[in-house]
Amino acid sequence: MIGFDRLITGASNIADDVDAMFFAMVALCGFVLLAVTVTLVLFSVRYRRGSKADRSGDHSRHLGAELTWTIVPGVLFIGIFAWSIGLFAKIQTMPKEATSIHVVAKQWMWKVQHADGRREVNQLHIPVGKPVRLTMTSQDVIHSFFVPAFRIKQDVLPNRYTQMWFKPERTGEFRLYCAEFCGTDHALMRGRIVVMEPAAYALWADAGGTDSLAHQGEALFRQLGCSGCHGPAATVHAPDLAGLYGKPVPLSDGSTVTADARYLRDSILLPSKQVAAGYPDIMPTFQNQIDEEDVIALTAYIQSLDPNPDPDPRQETVDAPR
Amino acid sequence: MPHADSPASFLDTPTGFRSWLLTHDHKRIGILYAIAITAFFFVGGAAAVLIRTELATPQGDVLTADGYNEAFTVHGVVMVWFFLIPSIPSVLGNILLPLMLGARDLAFPRLNLASWYLYALGGIFTIACLIAGGADTGWTFYTPFSTLFSNSNVLLVVVGVFIVGFSSILTGLNFIVTIHRMRAPGMHWFRMPLFAWTMYATSLVMILATPVLSMTLVLIGLERVFGVGIFDPALGGDPLLFQHLFWFYSHPAVYIMVLPAMGVVSEIIPCFVRKRIFGYRFMIYSIMAIAIVGFFVWGHHMFVSGQSMYAGIVFSLLSFVVAIPSAIKVFNWTATLYKGSITFEAPMLYALGFVGLFLLGGLTGLFLAATALDVHLTDTYFVVAHFHYIMVGGAVMAYMGGIHFWWPKVTGRLYPEAWARFAAILMFFGFNFTFLPQFVLGFLGMPRRYHSYDPEFGLLNAFSSGGAAVLATAYLLPLGYLSWSLFYGARSPANPWAATGLEWQTSSPPPTHNFLETPRVDGGPYEYSPSQAEAEAEARA
Repeated sequence: MIGFDRLITGASNIADDVDAMFFAMVALCGFVLLAVTVTLVLFSVRYRRGSKADRSGDHSRHLGAELTWTIVPGVLFIGIFAWSIGLFAKIQTMPKEATSIHVVAKQWMWKVQHADGRREVNQLHIPVGKPVRLTMTSQDVIHSFFVPAFRIKQDVLPNRYTQMWFKPERTGEFRLYCAEFCGTDHALMRGRIVVMEPAAYALWADAGGTDSLAHQGEALFRQLGCSGCHGPAATVHAPDLAGLYGKPVPLSDGSTVTADARYLRDSILLPSKQVAAGYPDIMPTFQNQIDEEDVIALTAYIQSLDPNPDPDPRQETVDAPR
Repeated sequence: MPHADSPASFLDTPTGFRSWLLTHDHKRIGILYAIAITAFFFVGGAAAVLIRTELATPQGDVLTADGYNEAFTVHGVVMVWFFLIPSIPSVLGNILLPLMLGARDLAFPRLNLASWYLYALGGIFTIACLIAGGADTGWTFYTPFSTLFSNSNVLLVVVGVFIVGFSSILTGLNFIVTIHRMRAPGMHWFRMPLFAWTMYATSLVMILATPVLSMTLVLIGLERVFGVGIFDPALGGDPLLFQHLFWFYSHPAVYIMVLPAMGVVSEIIPCFVRKRIFGYRFMIYSIMAIAIVGFFVWGHHMFVSGQSMYAGIVFSLLSFVVAIPSAIKVFNWTATLYKGSITFEAPMLYALGFVGLFLLGGLTGLFLAATALDVHLTDTYFVVAHFHYIMVGGAVMAYMGGIHFWWPKVTGRLYPEAWARFAAILMFFGFNFTFLPQFVLGFLGMPRRYHSYDPEFGLLNAFSSGGAAVLATAYLLPLGYLSWSLFYGARSPANPWAATGLEWQTSSPPPTHNFLETPRVDGGPYEYSPSQAEAEAEARA
């Protein structure tokens, strides 16, 4: 059948594990289904009225039988559960070295931002064999990022960062769907993941030629007037942002928060929510003035201000809680 | 008119339209429910036909995108809240519970009538929503789509569901008090029919879970009208909070649909096997276990929602735990057949169909309880197929079986048996033809709620739509022959199946207060004997 092969063949590092478990379950459940159905049919035939069969004795209870079919399924279920959480943990545990890519979902499109500034809509180009981490948020309703060939899915929520990761292991084009109902054109919120050989990917990446995300953020930083207060020559009392990312920030209420992407996003959009200790609560909100993509660019810029940057600038872009 | 050999039936006296609309008789109220619920079943069914027609081909060529979204919303809202949840409790439970307990009526007859009017009022709001142009949120009303983004008549449908919730709460309350206070002399708890036990468990779930739904619906209304910021992230609200509240009701709601179905099947199978049900006490324990543990598994709807991994693991474990009592029940029904004297009248065919479809629905539930598989399968057609197996294959098959089993009792008429058997078999095959392909579609990755889809899903969808046509035909058949039997069916004796429940010891249809003398109970509910049934059959031959 046309196209089935492309859909059914797993293309990520976890796809084979998921398929193995799925088909093991199909075999197990198929066996149970068959066994019960055959028993039902056999009993129905053998004990139909008028058949010559032994009907002596009371067979309306048997403690041994009942305990058997309570305990055996119980043990089986615990086994399936254990198998499943092992695999679930693998699906959920992000590798440190994953390439970070941002996704902003909106009715009805997927907008992708690479760290080097390239943007794509409804498609995502990635090299084969390298783990990719998506940090996702929505500009409106709940969406869900679903790549059947990779056997993964993650809801994308407004006002929150969710993450997923995968390592594509086959080149080709794979379907991307929105799996959470999101309004009129939900069914059209589709895209494709293009997995390329490293050489082809390098060519594609070079052809982009855009500014890095951090650079775009820097431009926004000036344009929006952030630099007036947070810049080195500022006269207004505002925290210095250099080296802030990933560090603990004491707050005016006495608690401490880690300056991760969520904290920076809140500070830009809801500045009064968590005010840094020692600074007045005077920053204006940028809510409804900038969109999620701008927030991501600004965050990337603030992250790049680290005086002692990580050797790989694409590491640890975001640490949203999972 | 009264039969020569029996007292005036509840159907005949008093007469007149008014006497029906103001009746306090639980049996008449059950019939009012049956009429309203049947109407809603065909409204929901018409929406299903539209959906499957649209999906017969990959292009969205029959309905617009919004039209499709409204169709599946109507289908879900009507089928869940106006058919599946009230069907067995409000129709069969209402009519049968007092009869089975040997009581004259339910504990609160006026409250019972009020429940029906609330149901009807809720229905009017929902139909008004439909006439005003429909809603497009799906039956789950996920925020912030339902509160901020949908331009449809969300408020009308939310008000409708809110009102019908009270009908459910009041019915549950009525049943619980009736079961506690009005059992006939001698009927202690472990002599109660399993159907009454399932009504008890279901009622507990109804009165504990439904208020949470009602509250959630009020919050949606407040959020939509006043923008109070409970679910709206822009105001600091949490869209996931809605999902927790919603599923806290809506997962137990699955057991509101399935437990009564299990009760019906547990009455039918012993009767046509002529044997006591296997493991009567284990059946009761598993009913109560399902009702209780069923409250703690709601988070399995949210494995990819953004809730923590650890929450996912706990909800997964609990979901496997709740599967154990369900497995026990399937094995016990099967064991009941052993050494029985089995006949295959229509109710029995429906009951056997139920066991098969419920088994497949339950087994595929294990796939979804397993977190790692659920990540891939959730929000695809695998889920659609799974819950249709439980809710349509299971609950509707049992409802049909129950309607056929107690039809002679309630109406005093027999239906054409050959037609009934044919419909039961057609329903079973039509159902599998419709929903089996959807498991494959789901594994291949076809998402739910798509009005157009990629061409590689075309063939399986075409199969599914073909099956839906067969299934729709199978559902129309009983409407035809049962209506016919009301006017032309042969008169039924008091106990056409030679069943042992108390409800069979009064005339068919029963008199207004059920029993001329209060029955006394001195044994279990299923005093059947296979060898005696064999001997009687031989004597007749």
